[in-house]
Amino acid sequence: MPGLITMDDLTNAEIISILDDAERLLPVARGELYLPLLKGRILGNLFFEPSTRTRMSFETAMKRLGGDVVNLGDVKSSSVVKGETLFDMIQMVDGYTDIIAMRHPRQGAAQYASDSANVPILNGGDGAGHHPTQTMLDLFTIRRAHGKFEGLNVVLAGDLRYGRTVHSLSHALTRLGCNVTFASPESLRMPEEIVSDLKESGAEVVETDDLFGQIDAADVIYMTRIQKERFPDEDEYAKVAGAYKLHARDLDGAKPEMIIMHPLPRVDEIDPSVDSTRHALYFEQAFNGVVARMALMCRLLNVEVPADVNEAGGVI
Amino acid sequence: MSQEGNMRRVTAIKNGTVIDHIPAGKALSVLKMLGIGGDMSNPVSLVMNVPSKKMGGKDIIKVEDRELTQGELDKLSLVAPDVSVAIIRAYSVAEKLEINLTEEVVNVARCTFSNCITINSREPLPHRLVVTRREPLELRCRYCGKPQDIDGLIDSLL
Repeated sequence: MPGLITMDDLTNAEIISILDDAERLLPVARGELYLPLLKGRILGNLFFEPSTRTRMSFETAMKRLGGDVVNLGDVKSSSVVKGETLFDMIQMVDGYTDIIAMRHPRQGAAQYASDSANVPILNGGDGAGHHPTQTMLDLFTIRRAHGKFEGLNVVLAGDLRYGRTVHSLSHALTRLGCNVTFASPESLRMPEEIVSDLKESGAEVVETDDLFGQIDAADVIYMTRIQKERFPDEDEYAKVAGAYKLHARDLDGAKPEMIIMHPLPRVDEIDPSVDSTRHALYFEQAFNGVVARMALMCRLLNVEVPADVNEAGGVI
Repeated sequence: MSQEGNMRRVTAIKNGTVIDHIPAGKALSVLKMLGIGGDMSNPVSLVMNVPSKKMGGKDIIKVEDRELTQGELDKLSLVAPDVSVAIIRAYSVAEKLEINLTEEVVNVARCTFSNCITINSREPLPHRLVVTRREPLELRCRYCGKPQDIDGLIDSLL
């Protein structure tokens, strides 16, 4: 059954239609309206590596829609430690659930699971591969802030090599007509195959190591975490991390409507002084994970989101 | 040396398969890819780095008393897609076969990316490399999407 493994699984029209569904589901996500569209359905949450937002927002999304969730729990206390293959694990969970959300440290695990399963798989991150449900919530956040995609200047900054969120996002943004700039240290540049795919599809992408030079023209700055373990020594890390850290004082020349996003967790790359500026949107972005995942689960389970949710829903 | 001279370096075979126009130095990779090794009892002749008008230099393999199948030959598309293959019966060319590069190469080689899910040899699904470009050849793993190191594939043969 089709799932969501990479953004290539959705056409532009499908992306827009799912974002429209998400927009209508906002009162349900906020807990203002009861709309059990997925009553009787069970989500299997298979997180083979740590996750806070993705796992919790999937669980919240399913429960807000009246469905239920089973969790793999701690990998260390599961059959994974006994050497069970992903294939066998999926056969089992496929029988228990109607849809599976998964994260796995190995790249390609989501496609592998999808080829092994009958129920739809939602890729919540596979190694340094893709994270398309994050992309859907990112797109939702951008569209709510700017009302469009076409012509927006979006800067993706930080660790573009290992950051799976920016891999999926860059594909979607260029397809939807955004101008994309990659700002990263030399050693953490966007993987060559992604840049060449984007260029082959006709997108113009700019690569730079200068984040601060991009701020004034940006409509969106998407920050990612630079991980210490990617660097040979602490000094090198400190030097690079400092060049990719935003303070409120750096934003003086920014457009008033420019937004700063981050998939979270942040460590040092956004100073808390930014939180109180009009540009900070990362906490709202994290909330949007619930509504975007609600819309995605409805779509993959072939459940239509009513045109008028207030008429269809009831009080909590 | 003339083309005829090249062919005379080894004797004509009565029955079997001749693989000609192998890029110089790739014959051993071709043998490995076809699973032809020391445990086979059929005579196998190999010439390497002989002059060729068309290619500058080339390798040739002759396998006696064995007609390679189309499926076996298609594996060669990964290392030597332009070879000529002739099936020999009673000292004559009975058939000429072409190598077909299929859309997907299944269970021939494993993905060369070190963090691919297929690295766990106990995972049972087939290894699937998708041809994303023919010239120059580019293959990507169906699962992890990584472009393959074409030269490294020879070490990843199943």
